[in-house]
Amino acid sequence: MKPAPRLQRLGITGRGLVVALPYLWLLLFFVAPFVIVLKISFSDVDLAIPPYKPLIEWIGKNSLAIKVNLNNYAFLFTDSLYWKSLLNSIKVAFISTLLCLAVGYPMAYGIARARAATRNVLLLLVILPFWTSLLLRVYAWIGLLKANGVINNILMWLGVIHEPLTLLYTPLAMYVGIVYSYLPFMILPLYANLEKMDWQLLEAAEDLGCRPWQAFYKITLPLSRNGMLAGSMLVFIPAVGEFVIPALLGGPNALMIGRVLWDEFFSNRAWPVASAVAILLLVILVPFMMWYQSVQARESAGAR
Amino acid sequence: MATSTGAVKAAPWTDPNAKPYVQVDRITKSFGDFKAVDDVSLKIYKGEIFCLLGASGCGKTTLLRMLGGFETPTSGRIFIDGEDMTGVPPYERPVNMMFQSYALFPHMTVEQNVAFGLKQDGLPKREIAARVATMLDLVKLGGFAKRKPHQLSGGQKQRVALARSLVKRPKLLLLDEPLGALDKKLREHTQFELIGLQDQLGVTFVVVTHDQEEAMTLASRIGVMDHGEIVQAGTPSEIYEFPNSKFVADFVGSVNIFEGKLVEDEPEFVRIASDELGGTIYVSHGISAAPGAVVWAAVRPEKVFMSTAPPEGTDNVVRGAVQDIAYLGDLSIYLVKLPTGKVVRVTQPNTSRHAEAITWDQQVYLTWDPSSPVVVTR
Repeated sequence: MKPAPRLQRLGITGRGLVVALPYLWLLLFFVAPFVIVLKISFSDVDLAIPPYKPLIEWIGKNSLAIKVNLNNYAFLFTDSLYWKSLLNSIKVAFISTLLCLAVGYPMAYGIARARAATRNVLLLLVILPFWTSLLLRVYAWIGLLKANGVINNILMWLGVIHEPLTLLYTPLAMYVGIVYSYLPFMILPLYANLEKMDWQLLEAAEDLGCRPWQAFYKITLPLSRNGMLAGSMLVFIPAVGEFVIPALLGGPNALMIGRVLWDEFFSNRAWPVASAVAILLLVILVPFMMWYQSVQARESAGAR
Repeated sequence: MATSTGAVKAAPWTDPNAKPYVQVDRITKSFGDFKAVDDVSLKIYKGEIFCLLGASGCGKTTLLRMLGGFETPTSGRIFIDGEDMTGVPPYERPVNMMFQSYALFPHMTVEQNVAFGLKQDGLPKREIAARVATMLDLVKLGGFAKRKPHQLSGGQKQRVALARSLVKRPKLLLLDEPLGALDKKLREHTQFELIGLQDQLGVTFVVVTHDQEEAMTLASRIGVMDHGEIVQAGTPSEIYEFPNSKFVADFVGSVNIFEGKLVEDEPEFVRIASDELGGTIYVSHGISAAPGAVVWAAVRPEKVFMSTAPPEGTDNVVRGAVQDIAYLGDLSIYLVKLPTGKVVRVTQPNTSRHAEAITWDQQVYLTWDPSSPVVVTR
């Protein structure tokens, strides 16, 4: 169908609209909030609503003052709380990513090698947890891990332990929560990658003298590199800023940048500092996102 | 049809004392109730190119995969060079396989692909490099060592796969439809290259193919497979000229088959009355079948002579009308319809450029030499 000529004269075409919509979406829900946050990060704190001073002010007649306050950023580097929690966040995200990879790879491999009928059921089981709220699922872990929770009760009943173990509000509980929640993000891209794998390559490797584990190490593993990278980025990037799981399962010592941001924002009402933290976090994560994008591009180019 | 010489000149299969290099002893492979390979025994001699020929699903690939160690036989044993290989995994067999899909490692260069098996064996680096280079030269891929598989054409990939499977100097090379993915011209060219290479290296080949022409060109011997069994094994000319069943006669080349009853059974000749032909077939050699038994006489199209004038005699002569002609350049195929309704296929070489052409609907006489028909009882 041809677009209406009048619209075309205005430069509006069907294709243009289709392309414009996602950009409009991004403009509205990503660029605009980002600009606002960026603006706040350069403001002064104020005891008002909202709790910061405007960046641009009219002073007197016909003069406009723009005041860019860099103190918020400087502050991030003077107080060790920020870089310590940032480093800790990266450490937690990194370890979680490795754990997800260790748990997710065998699962994705198993699904990819299963028969077609079983495969769909297994995939459904991976996706199923998404049908309930993340918060509910994390709360469920509290029920499992707490002192008189399911795990302790079973262990006591079996006689393995005589006193309940402290599981909840420990780093262990936090890692369990993060790995559990992010596992599908690791499994799905890995599965998509492994599913395309030509299994005859493994036979060829065995034919040329590889034991099955050697064939896996020399053929499957390198060929699934892009899947592993994609899955790792999908876990690592959001895990760095993770707030809910450490707060609920990790206890008071879990010093995460997301937690610091929350505290600055809601407890201290220090919006400018909180905004600066948010911007810094973004700046740190952008290279990872770009890397992920290039991996994705390579992956889809390789598929062709 | 061309017949290959291969590396075997002396035909060891005719010598009962010759030691087979590969011995397949009563191998059966079942998948549930289905017997993919059913009680197959086979002796393959050193330096042979043995072709397993059959339609898809006849069990030829399963048999090949058992030789390679990718499938375990349900029963029976496999010996290679005197050693029992039945339960030995692929990575411990002195056997290499060239896969139908080539199965080249996409993340490695041509060189790395070929070197893979040698590296796996822990050979010194210098020797690996030398052997890989020699092998690549042999398959004429010397200039492509640093390419990745996706940068190669189909024919080049095929050669990399061949080089990779030969570089380990296996006792036995298994080839699964080695030329299946190539176009016709390239396939013919590669067939002869493959024979030359095999001759040069002296490796024993077992080739699986569904293409009878390919089998005829490559093989020292052919094993025709059907429903998991080897129905006949022999040299290409044995298979073509002396098929032991209707199936083999029909599967290898084209053939006219006439059903009939044995009416005269002498040690020197037999006479078959065929309603299908509407006449009698005189065969100048004895056969082993009871008088009165239903038999089939198979006559190859190139052994049927066609003329407009009536030939002498009454045996092996039949009249019909030309129904269709296919001019192929070097020869023409005529389909002649007999009064009984049976259509006989005749091929005649176009020996002259200005032959007085037999045309459509013309009445012709067909005849053949009494030695030409092959009589089969099943």
